[in-house]
Amino acid sequence: MLAKRIIPCLDVQDGRVVKGTRFVDLKDAGDPVERACFYDREGADELVFLDITASAEERRTMLDVVRKTAAAIYIPLTVGGGIDSVDFMRRLLENGADKVSVNTAALKEPHLISSGADRFGSQCIVAAIDARRVAGEPGSKPRWAVYSHGGRCPTGRDAVEWAIEAARLGAGEILLTSMDADGTLDGYDNALLAAVAAAVSIPVIASGGAGNLEHLYEAFTAGRAHAVLAASILHYGTYTIAAIKEYLVKKGLPVRPVSRYLETG
Amino acid sequence: MPNVVIVDSGSANLGSISKALEKAAVTATISDNPAVITAADGIVFPGVGAFEHAMKLLREKELPPALLKVIAAGKPFLGICLGMQLLFSASEECGRPQGPLPGGLDAIPGQVKRFPAGLPVPHVGWNRVAPRYPHPLFSGLPDDSYFYFTHSFYVQPADPSHSLAQTEYGRLFTSAASRNNLLGVQFHPEKSGPAGLRLLSNFGKIIADPTLLGDLR
Repeated sequence: MLAKRIIPCLDVQDGRVVKGTRFVDLKDAGDPVERACFYDREGADELVFLDITASAEERRTMLDVVRKTAAAIYIPLTVGGGIDSVDFMRRLLENGADKVSVNTAALKEPHLISSGADRFGSQCIVAAIDARRVAGEPGSKPRWAVYSHGGRCPTGRDAVEWAIEAARLGAGEILLTSMDADGTLDGYDNALLAAVAAAVSIPVIASGGAGNLEHLYEAFTAGRAHAVLAASILHYGTYTIAAIKEYLVKKGLPVRPVSRYLETG
Repeated sequence: MPNVVIVDSGSANLGSISKALEKAAVTATISDNPAVITAADGIVFPGVGAFEHAMKLLREKELPPALLKVIAAGKPFLGICLGMQLLFSASEECGRPQGPLPGGLDAIPGQVKRFPAGLPVPHVGWNRVAPRYPHPLFSGLPDDSYFYFTHSFYVQPADPSHSLAQTEYGRLFTSAASRNNLLGVQFHPEKSGPAGLRLLSNFGKIIADPTLLGDLR
């Protein structure tokens, strides 16, 4: 049985981590390579880097960060943010990323997903979806709308339908962020997660809203997520990955135990 | 120091396997030169992508005879992911409705099968690997250790004794294979954290002292 995954997400801008700078255990809290190594040793199951920069110059910086990070960690690394071509996917993968996450560009040109999947395999392609709940009639079925450009632009697409389309085009996983829940620490939008998980057969990664351990458990159970992305609760040291996993094990979920690297060199 | 070669099959991310071996204290060189491969004390054979395309690349590089030669010489050999699948006789991947399945190196009799419909494919994530008997490749690793998988096909050895370890995904499938000096893992040890590095370190010890394989050989 597949383990439920805990995935720290780091926002990277111009080669530096830009959120969660209260990290106490690090010499340099803003160095993505050092942070990635920290989470690998802590027992993270994967890592996500989100490049929140835009310029071509900063893109090259990101390639460098990815290369250095991939050389220093021994768990999978996903990179997202501004990926708009198969060629840029190739460069990220060649520099050591294991998966690439596409969002805005795939909404504009959905075949970016199929082109990437044909070229590199579905396991490399993550479709990131930013969704916001649509106010409806009381008692009506809930709906969620997809936003692009980091949540700024409505796309007119329905989140469940877009997830189905992305999976059909060859995405290997869905990274699903609730814009309503993001940053609230009030819990994931489990209705959104469950609606998408029921509609696609590929794994759904929950994102946005985690504030406590119960929230993570609920994303896996009520939300049927395969993995949870966590930022604030990890970066600010609210919980360690070990504490999260211990809690989930007590609640009966399968997780990969945290074990230490042997000092071999 | 043993001469360990990572085979550049033209279809794998060699950087991560090379770094992980280094971390596991196994010094290896990357090569696609048949003479270098034939002269190695131990071989790591990674692969990603499609089976038939990977076989085509191997043939273009004239590697199959060298790989079979080093295997026949009894040198410890570790296939990873598609690298393990290529050791088998044939694969259902890209198979035509009529006609024979695309052939592999045929060093381990058996087929590479597609997961049955209804299961989410690819099988991606951390799953448990249970060795079927004690083996030096899994030395020091707890039974049922988690490793990182990402694949859509699995191997089915014709001889069940070639199944070294099993994993459950809808059904039990062979997640590690063994035939004498020939070893294969479906998961990615280079992406499997401490457990993966331990397995690579174990393989390094097998290369340094192939008698560890004992009467398993």
